[in-house]
Amino acid sequence: MEFGPHLMLATLEGAVTAAVLALTAAGLSLVFGVMRVVNIAHGEFFMLGAVLAWGVTQAVAGPWGYALALLVAPLLAGALAVAADVTILKRLSYDPERTIVATIGLLYILQQLTLMTYGPEARPVVAPFDARIALPWVEHGAEGWRLTWPWGLGTTVWKLTVIGAAVAVLAALWLFMARTRAGLVMRATQADREMATAFGVPVERVYALTFGLGAALAALAAVLIVPIQQAHYLMGADPLLLSFIVVIIGGLGSLPGTLVAAVLIGLSDGIISVFFSPTLAKILATLLVALVLVFRPQGLFGKRAA
Amino acid sequence: MLRIEGLRAGYGAAEVLHGVSLTVAPGEILCLMGRNGAGKTTLLRAVMGLLRPMGGAVWLGEMRLDARPAHRVAGQGLGYVPQGRRLFAGLSVAENLQIGLMAGGGKARRDEVLDLFPRLRDRLGQRAETLSGGEQQMLALARALCLGPGALLLDEPTEGLQPSMITAIRQVVADQRARGVAVLLVEQRIDAVLPVADRVAFLENGHLAEVMSAGALRADRGRANRYLGV
Repeated sequence: MEFGPHLMLATLEGAVTAAVLALTAAGLSLVFGVMRVVNIAHGEFFMLGAVLAWGVTQAVAGPWGYALALLVAPLLAGALAVAADVTILKRLSYDPERTIVATIGLLYILQQLTLMTYGPEARPVVAPFDARIALPWVEHGAEGWRLTWPWGLGTTVWKLTVIGAAVAVLAALWLFMARTRAGLVMRATQADREMATAFGVPVERVYALTFGLGAALAALAAVLIVPIQQAHYLMGADPLLLSFIVVIIGGLGSLPGTLVAAVLIGLSDGIISVFFSPTLAKILATLLVALVLVFRPQGLFGKRAA
Repeated sequence: MLRIEGLRAGYGAAEVLHGVSLTVAPGEILCLMGRNGAGKTTLLRAVMGLLRPMGGAVWLGEMRLDARPAHRVAGQGLGYVPQGRRLFAGLSVAENLQIGLMAGGGKARRDEVLDLFPRLRDRLGQRAETLSGGEQQMLALARALCLGPGALLLDEPTEGLQPSMITAIRQVVADQRARGVAVLLVEQRIDAVLPVADRVAFLENGHLAEVMSAGALRADRGRANRYLGV
């Protein structure tokens, strides 16, 4: 394949990664932004989303099973996160350091419980609909510009659906944060927890909701990607690492920064993986994190700590 | 009527307030004065429930406040303007007011408050941190008034402001007094107190040292210097 079509293919792959990453990282960023909790178990809620999707599609076959999984997996993962918040994080008074240790513990508990019940196999989930589509390319030949269909240049309907769905969910998240009462209360809590309390905001309930929403976003991302990736009990590690990379580059707690960084890291990950190697893509992403931490520790969009 | 009875509070194991009793009547401005570290801000924070009291009680009218969770205090009609304003940065002026309204008032209340601060009405869409210092203080006061308070707790509301702003803020506070709001005002400087206070209370090392009328203080300013160390 020539360079142009090859680049287009790589960009599409990168866009799928970026879409899923943006959803996952938005959850991590939201939790850190509002609660100042670094949730090391975030990747496990992603994994749970995929495993639950497998479970639901086994119970209810066909496209309806998948549609149900889209609803049930984020809800269950979110409910579990709310329970973890109330029983663990709240008791630690949301102390930034102790919650890191607690969420490391939560990571292993969720991972090992999944291993004990779901098992070590990677299992596929079938997309509710799919088809390969060939993509055109424009070439300049002897007769001027013409449309060609290079062999191998194509994608699947499902990948495009994943990108579209992620964009829609992120837009809904933005509307929720910017336009609803609950979103306003969350932003006020993020700005000043104590003053929010002084104005009647039930901060602990806001925290539980935020932690649940963050986990639900990760689980939803996993349900979208699992028809491409398969469900496995160790699949949470990569999304966690990439989410951290994205959140650090974008600026801790900044949603716009998270989205921009997700697109940057997702696209470059796709393109570098296709042309060179996935390992090089990770090396470069991690290098970028190091550079950001040295030269702009607050991230590209974060505010400098006062 | 805001009634504080034998209030003890502090940070961790360290007690800062050792049993302070005060009452502020409706339509009265009581100024709380004292040196740095005397416990003035601690007292306001404990009344708001932001610090769990170690003992004593706080009443607003017939409602006991200290036994409630902190987020249930404001809704009983306690408006708080903290030191350093502490607006919700990143939120617009309108959103800052909205948070205040959630704890109490409605749409009509918002219009009433904005009538008191016409400058804020022109800046509703602006982010709170982009306002000037004086406007930020107005917003902090407006946010507290949004919940239709029966008592106002103000922590050095005129600190660092230019004279015209100080006058405007004093005017609003006096206006609230006229409407029957009980005002507990923390101040460091006696010049800021005398024009507005009805009574003045002095805190010394976490104890209530003396309460006197503003008239008595005007006649004997030297008394205040003993507590303020000037």
